[in-house]
Amino acid sequence: MSAFRLYLRYIGISLRGQMQYPAAFLITSAGAFFSTVIEFFALWMLFVRFDDVDGWRFEEVALFYGVIGVSFALADAVTRGFDLFGPQFVKTGDFDRLLVRPRSTILQLLGYELRANRVGRLAQGMLAWAIGMHMSTIAWSWREWAVLLFAVVGGMALFAGILVLQATLAFWTVESLEIANTLTYGGVEAAQYPLDIYAAWFRRFLTFVVPMACIAYFPVAWALGRAERTGVPDWLLPLAPMMGIVFFLASLWVWRFGVRHYTSTGS
Amino acid sequence: MKMRPYLAVLRVRFELLLQYRAAALAGFGTQCWWGAIKVMVLAAFFRGATAVPMTFQQTLDYIWLGQAFLMLQPWSADVDVVRVVRSGDVALERLRPVDTYAFWYARAVARRTATPLLRAIPMLVTAAVILPLVGLSTWALSAPKGGVAAVLFVVSLALAVALSSAISTLMDVVTTAALSERGVNAVVGGLAIVLSGGVVPLPLFPDWAQPLLKYQPFAGLADIPFRIYSGHLAGTATLFGLASQSVWIIVLVAVGRALMSHTMSRVQVQGG
Repeated sequence: MSAFRLYLRYIGISLRGQMQYPAAFLITSAGAFFSTVIEFFALWMLFVRFDDVDGWRFEEVALFYGVIGVSFALADAVTRGFDLFGPQFVKTGDFDRLLVRPRSTILQLLGYELRANRVGRLAQGMLAWAIGMHMSTIAWSWREWAVLLFAVVGGMALFAGILVLQATLAFWTVESLEIANTLTYGGVEAAQYPLDIYAAWFRRFLTFVVPMACIAYFPVAWALGRAERTGVPDWLLPLAPMMGIVFFLASLWVWRFGVRHYTSTGS
Repeated sequence: MKMRPYLAVLRVRFELLLQYRAAALAGFGTQCWWGAIKVMVLAAFFRGATAVPMTFQQTLDYIWLGQAFLMLQPWSADVDVVRVVRSGDVALERLRPVDTYAFWYARAVARRTATPLLRAIPMLVTAAVILPLVGLSTWALSAPKGGVAAVLFVVSLALAVALSSAISTLMDVVTTAALSERGVNAVVGGLAIVLSGGVVPLPLFPDWAQPLLKYQPFAGLADIPFRIYSGHLAGTATLFGLASQSVWIIVLVAVGRALMSHTMSRVQVQGG
């Protein structure tokens, strides 16, 4: 069976399992939608007070907000196995079982669970995205759409890469480290805004260490026709999301290094 | 009513919660990071803005205090209540020769004081002392606006703990009625963070929203004490804030008690 078909089989089982509790699915999805939408509402209120942030208008910030939100919701839905890797696989010794199966560990961990209730956060991101596009005066062509969708793919790869690195650390620490949350949730929080509003050291960190700028700030600023704010050549901006994929591939290389050094806890 | 069992549960849980030092350290790092982002974002909004109903220093104080007392917020129902509701051990809670509401309330008070205490001290020291020492005094938490403001801030913060515990206990009771904590955690948790000023300081909301924000219970969790601290609330406005906190505590405790006796009279124990 091809890896892709096997993955579909995995998530089919996962979804069927979750749909055994339809009420729980509906409540957690609606709850996630509600609690994130109310945060977006608060952002809107801030623009009612201030009109703009360093020359960026509400509808422009809404598009940054939407793109990063959609990327994170999708990545968060598929990477549950990595998120729980320390407590669920290393501590229990269950990782041994993954290693004896004739399939890649990455595939098996991706297939661990597809979190259906992340649809709540996804809906919030799509709503912000839609509001941003609707209120803007730009004529959206296939080019802007293509770059924004590429940004989502790059964003998913970047967030997945962070989660893979968090899981890799668990080979040594056993427990999962919450420090990755500062990069995932904290990264979302920071990249919801155009990064030029931040201090230079912070912008550099989010460009060169964790390339959050490449998956939201650069492509979205390009789509909005505000490339001049980024200080990066116009032609380079649409290619920036590639860095998310590079980050993911690098994280897989680190993961393989971690697997080679894995010693079972024996439990 | 004898106080001893309630004080005992408060003390035991307080000591238990103080054990989580590693979690507190990780949380401290997250809070600094989050605080830095919020400060930079609001500084960008303030740049070039005129006629803002709050100074930037007052906003800074609001953000740093918000990060320091983050765990004081009613984030979620008590995980132990969730467990006893699911296992059916809630029946045992009813067998104890104590008032169940007061017992759960005492546990909530422990939760809303021990964890915030662990988190607040390093955050306050960082924001008020370390930032100026490393030359970032324009970003630091300032001292309270005078001695009276300092005393009233402490009073208001104590009321915030009582209010947060009343909301937490109400969440516990709703969890018992619904057999699940998920809905109430998402809805109340989401409302509390926004309406207490955790995302955007309440004075920065549009003018038309101000009367509505002033009379809702969540303002008493953070907004009122923080504005007393920075002098944004002064004179009669301070007294109104303290009164609003007190009224909401009484109302929410009454609602929680009524809902608990209603729920417990028809509770069905699951499993055995």
